[in-house]
Amino acid sequence: MTEAMAVSILMTVIGAATPLLLAALGELVAEKSGVLNLGIEGMMLVGAVTGFAVTSSTGMHLLGLLAAMAAAVGASMIFGVLTISLASNQVATGLALTIFGIGLSSMIGESFVGLTIAPLGPVFPAALAEDPLLRLVFGHSILVYVSLVMTAAVAWFLTRSRGGLILRAVGENDHSAHSIGYSVTTVRYAAVAFGGAMAGLAGCYYSMVQTPMWADELTAGRGWIALALVVFSAWRPWRLLAGAYLFGAVMTFELHAKAAGLNIVPPEFLAALPYLATILVLALISSRRSVGSAAPACLGQPFRPST
Amino acid sequence: MTDASADRLELRNVTKAFPGVLANDRVSFRVRPGELHALLGENGAGKSTLVKMIYGVQHPDDGEIVVDGTPVRIASPRAARAMGIGMVFQHFSLFEPMTVLENIALGLDERLSASALEGRIRAVLARYGLSLDPHRTVSTLSVGERQRIEIVRALLLEPRLLIMDEPTSVLTPQEVAQLFETLRALAAGGCSVLYISHKLHEIRVLCDAATIMRGGKVVGTCVPAQETPRSMAEMMIGGSLKDVRKAAAKGFGPEKLVVDRLTLAGGGDFDVALRDVSFSVRAGEILGIAGVAGNGQNELMLALSGETPVANAGAVRLDGAPVGTLPIARRRRRGLAAVPEERNGHAAVPGFTLAENAVLTARYRKGMVRHGVILGAVARGYAEEVIARFGVRATGPQAMAGALSGGNLQKFIMGREVLQVPEVLVVSQPTWGVDAGAAAAIHQALVDLAARGSAIVVVSQDLDELLAISDSLAVINEGRLSPKRSVGEISRDEIGLLMGGVHGEHAGGENAAEREAERA
Repeated sequence: MTEAMAVSILMTVIGAATPLLLAALGELVAEKSGVLNLGIEGMMLVGAVTGFAVTSSTGMHLLGLLAAMAAAVGASMIFGVLTISLASNQVATGLALTIFGIGLSSMIGESFVGLTIAPLGPVFPAALAEDPLLRLVFGHSILVYVSLVMTAAVAWFLTRSRGGLILRAVGENDHSAHSIGYSVTTVRYAAVAFGGAMAGLAGCYYSMVQTPMWADELTAGRGWIALALVVFSAWRPWRLLAGAYLFGAVMTFELHAKAAGLNIVPPEFLAALPYLATILVLALISSRRSVGSAAPACLGQPFRPST
Repeated sequence: MTDASADRLELRNVTKAFPGVLANDRVSFRVRPGELHALLGENGAGKSTLVKMIYGVQHPDDGEIVVDGTPVRIASPRAARAMGIGMVFQHFSLFEPMTVLENIALGLDERLSASALEGRIRAVLARYGLSLDPHRTVSTLSVGERQRIEIVRALLLEPRLLIMDEPTSVLTPQEVAQLFETLRALAAGGCSVLYISHKLHEIRVLCDAATIMRGGKVVGTCVPAQETPRSMAEMMIGGSLKDVRKAAAKGFGPEKLVVDRLTLAGGGDFDVALRDVSFSVRAGEILGIAGVAGNGQNELMLALSGETPVANAGAVRLDGAPVGTLPIARRRRRGLAAVPEERNGHAAVPGFTLAENAVLTARYRKGMVRHGVILGAVARGYAEEVIARFGVRATGPQAMAGALSGGNLQKFIMGREVLQVPEVLVVSQPTWGVDAGAAAAIHQALVDLAARGSAIVVVSQDLDELLAISDSLAVINEGRLSPKRSVGEISRDEIGLLMGGVHGEHAGGENAAEREAERA
């Protein structure tokens, strides 16, 4: 295997892992506050189509990214009002958000089908990334660096900062946090909004970096993989990073096996591999009891303050 | 004690109404600096509402709260803490997967670095002679240690008034003794303590003064050391306390429940295994099992109820038939009923109505199910009967179990089992957190059930309770059960020794004597 080929494979792995990491980081923070948002896929699609549409109309990538985040935050706030303020069932509401996001993105995207935009290119000058090895370091779009910085930031926030301590407290025991004097509602809204923003960015990775054109259901169920990754990581950001790259590698294997004409197994099986891996990971993890205790104790439970 | 300074806390005609209830009706009393002041009353007398107003969780409709001579408006718990008022709640507000340090940091309004906070925690621990590792995770701590976190959290604010809501209901005698030391040290330093408890003998030993509430009103004050637990209980219920009436010199019938060399391996880290536990209970007999919490009582309860079936069927025998391997429902059908210690979520489902809760354990013996269909009218009728016969304060069979106060729910649960007239009834902590009047009613019901020929096992940490109702006693310690003795022929001292070098009652007595000496 040549060096160029190895680099190209690694670049693909990074490309596959980055949106998973972005979306999963947001979900991790939301879940740590006690909110289970199954609407990642929907928020990613809303972000993806908004980013594509704004960039296509204005030609400005940055504006596209910001609009995508804003739109996904907006979608997450629909979920927030329903589950946090109105105490609706989080699982059902999250599923509804996904379905809503699929429909909304398809409707907005209808007039953009088949259009292309200039892809969001590497953030560093091309001269820096000429050498294949340097390309591995400097050859990525801004979102790759954002995902890595955010991993460190989320890890630091959750374990070292007072805000993170309060967020974890709200997720572990909402009634206690309330009785001590913290606003469970405010913390959860903030966490859900963060989850929305990250999902929006993750969606953009598909519509603006990987395939700078619009097609229905562009994210192809990756939101569900991100959701599984959060459980896989046992709610730890650095383990989440490892998990995202592991899944990225599995997805890349599929692409390269196809390209190499590997015909031992049907290509459909290879395409299904990441999703099979997701199911396998979730099943393995839930059979181990220790992981159950890693989940925030109030995850998925609506908070109704008692007097 | 001097009266030179103003009262630490004074309530003037504090009134608070909730829809349909006047929770506090012109409540007035004073707490002096450095005073250990008890607040007494039955469940629902309005004590909790009152202290919630003092701690800023709720706000009075009328009347004044005066702190150190200044009328104040306490808007929030944060405002209360800023005024030097701390509170330790009955139900801890702790976060299990976090460390002690993190838990304390969350409860402080001040922002401190972890190392500065740890320094201050260690200073407080040293000053009051408490032991607690700041880096331990809460989920690994005992109940007493958890309470210590709450106390340290309150003490870090250097409170001038500390409110404690039923602090000893979950503690072992050693932990109670240590808590009292801490509170006395605090009071000696000038901090006033407002102490809510149902354990009147503890109040007698600990508190300088007591205010007694009934139906939302202050009905009296007393100096606890000059009263007996009985006289205080009578002030609380506003009538004379009924003694448990026992039929004199009754004979016992044949052996109903036999436990024969029951041995259980410990499950989790904290479970104590049962080692060769053997005893028998005859018809008409009440056997009390005493012991400090965590010595195998839970395992014994689970093995008797059927929640953990035992490998050897003969280890538990009912009327001679081995039932050790039978599950709960099969044992119930044969007449072996059990009431676990935890009311909410174990003995009753809080989100179910009383009628539905009645179906859960009485469905077979009371014929509430026909062809797999619940007969709602029968269930409601039975729940109504329990409510009426046991004086349960509830709106009716359709009331949610979770809406009842602890004492009332306990009365319902006991009534639900007792009225089924089981062959054998096994009860854990039948009057835990229940006020004196309700406790007396529950005790009488157990005695009456035994008089009708049932065999009863009562597991309790409350020795007074066991001595009052039991015919015979055994002590459980580290999973071993002492031989059964008749209550008349075993002394408190002997029981204390059997409990394994625990002298909670004894130490309390000495302290009371010391305090009497000081007063003289």
